[in-house]
Amino acid sequence: MSAKIALARAIGALSSRIGHGGTTLPGHVIRFLDSDISRRLSRKISQGCVLISATNGKTTASAMAASILKDSGAQVTRNREGANLAAGVATALIRNSSLAGRPAADIGLFEVDEAVFPALAGQLKPRAVLLMNLFRDQLDRYGELEHIADMWLSAVRQLDRTTTIINADDPLVAEMAKLRPAASLCFGIEDSAAGGLIMQHASDSKYCTVCGHPFEYEVFFMGHLGKYHCPHCGNKRPSPAIFAENVRLNGMNGSSFDLVTPEWRQTVSISLPGLYNVYNALGAAACGYGLGMAAGQIKNGLEQFGAAFGRVERLKIGGKTVCLLLVKNPAGFNEVVRTLLIEPGGKNLLLALNDKIADGRDISWIWDVDLEALDGKVTTVTCSGTRAAEMAMRLKYAGQNTDRLKVRPDLNAALKVALAHTPDGETLYVLPTYTAMLAIRQIIHKHFQPEGEMGDLVWR
Amino acid sequence: MNFELRIAHLYPDLMNIYADRGNIIALVNRCRWRGIDVHVDEFSPDRTPAWDDYDFFYLGGGQDREQQLVAENLAAKGAGLTGAVEQGAALLAICGGYQLLGQYYRTAGGLTMEGVGLFQAYTVAGQRRLIGNVVARCSLDGVLLELAGFENHSGKTFLTGDGQPLGRIVAGFGNNAEDGTEGIIYKSAIGTYLHGPLLPKNPELTDFLLGRSLMHRYGKEVVLTPLDDCLEKEAHRVAVAQVRY
Repeated sequence: MSAKIALARAIGALSSRIGHGGTTLPGHVIRFLDSDISRRLSRKISQGCVLISATNGKTTASAMAASILKDSGAQVTRNREGANLAAGVATALIRNSSLAGRPAADIGLFEVDEAVFPALAGQLKPRAVLLMNLFRDQLDRYGELEHIADMWLSAVRQLDRTTTIINADDPLVAEMAKLRPAASLCFGIEDSAAGGLIMQHASDSKYCTVCGHPFEYEVFFMGHLGKYHCPHCGNKRPSPAIFAENVRLNGMNGSSFDLVTPEWRQTVSISLPGLYNVYNALGAAACGYGLGMAAGQIKNGLEQFGAAFGRVERLKIGGKTVCLLLVKNPAGFNEVVRTLLIEPGGKNLLLALNDKIADGRDISWIWDVDLEALDGKVTTVTCSGTRAAEMAMRLKYAGQNTDRLKVRPDLNAALKVALAHTPDGETLYVLPTYTAMLAIRQIIHKHFQPEGEMGDLVWR
Repeated sequence: MNFELRIAHLYPDLMNIYADRGNIIALVNRCRWRGIDVHVDEFSPDRTPAWDDYDFFYLGGGQDREQQLVAENLAAKGAGLTGAVEQGAALLAICGGYQLLGQYYRTAGGLTMEGVGLFQAYTVAGQRRLIGNVVARCSLDGVLLELAGFENHSGKTFLTGDGQPLGRIVAGFGNNAEDGTEGIIYKSAIGTYLHGPLLPKNPELTDFLLGRSLMHRYGKEVVLTPLDDCLEKEAHRVAVAQVRY
């Protein structure tokens, strides 16, 4: 095994040096040499592995969960953001191991792509899985939503010794809690005042998972997440053991809520904005609780947490603030818009839409985002990326005056224009798709002299 | 005089998988910008439109389960819809909606789902999904157009009898990845695999459908006020360029 690990690592180091991230190549190499390696390396980690999957929030929730575990003093090994396919997890396991295969960390925490979750769960037999939500995302890559949900169900059915931590508010995901109720830990939002009575256009799972009758909702929190029941067959949202009450959203300044578990209750403040980050924090808290973390560790871990890579990052550039907010599917984009609108005043925006494979080649999803809500709330908007014109056209049809729309497909040029149109002391909100986010971070680092630390540009 | 136009959006909550509502957004805006008084009514399975009241019918695509529900519900409405098209109403059906308006759909399991029979076409389940950007050339009222969109379907549709394709594939798969045809056109009714959504970045097609809808309401040609389509044309140009890489 040691020769294989050494070879894979050397290739990774070389790949980093020549400018690639090196986040998956060692994993590809080792899996080619030894397809069973991830299973064997993961078995040696003393406190086991945790897999985290979702359409939205898996990167942020994993980073929050890691923050909680680190507060307890545990050594945590993780895969790097975006490297969430089988090779990315294998790379993390190799990095964590001595040449003889001895692990450095006490626990493995891996965010995994929703389509590869079933295979990895079967292989790693994790101690716990955190399953947060399933939204419509990249149909050209993943196929239909119900197909993914079925794959998850069969995978969870095979996990007979795993704690399954489940979002009760997502009916598709809550199905998994019924398989082995005793080994399941459900979380959700109880504060109905945090939600709305109208479903957003991007909502996906509207029909009872048991009988197909439309669900009735007492309240919607985000897309199809909410308090639901089926009037026809009686199927309903499981009662969450871990939940949020008294949710207070303070715009871009973050949120606070009362975190309640079967044993304790405490107020938690997080610096990340929006209800979607309350869900991420709840998932991470439930994960920490399921792994035996104490109340203080969970609170500290969440409150000390800054932001995950490109999710909500703030930078200072020449007297202006640039705030990066990743958007990658209708549900997530809607939440970002909703959070922006809590802030007073006209917004300066840069929307960057790419259609590379990692973004999804099909960009039709932007027509499912309720961008009409921005009408009258925008001062300037620059559209960029490979499909800048489509983004600008979407905004035109959402009621934006075309005089206010600037189209600059080149990201560097777009940032220049957008910053020039942002008054001193104000914030430019940059909403990029995934590959546009990676490129924009590089461009800011190279050409815009941000004040203060930017964090790793390429995670190594 | 102020013109008026009525749109019936069929099964909006069941059939909207690829942001198909973008097509409605395009139709509505292009009417409003011209001062045309446009009304959109949505019809879920428990409601039936008064067929003569509408100038335009719209049906999007859906996931397998939703498509099955709609197929069962459409059986009782097929005659009304076909009658409206025969009377000159315009119609646009995308992907799953297009398949349901043909003669039948034969699933991978060998089951046959009856279609409405408005279009002379049938669909059989294919082995692989046909996914990607599409460009198709077509001629509408003698005007040559390149339609740009995105397709994602596993059903393969074949035209029969007098069925006329909407266009010829320049890039992509189209109806069945075999004969180079894309979509179907019958009177003022169009079926197509192109989503994207289709209408915003193909404004000539949108205006063709609006023109036919107005003709249905007023019994004569209504000249549409030209609009500034710079952004639409640029979005179209970029979409076409995607397939030429």
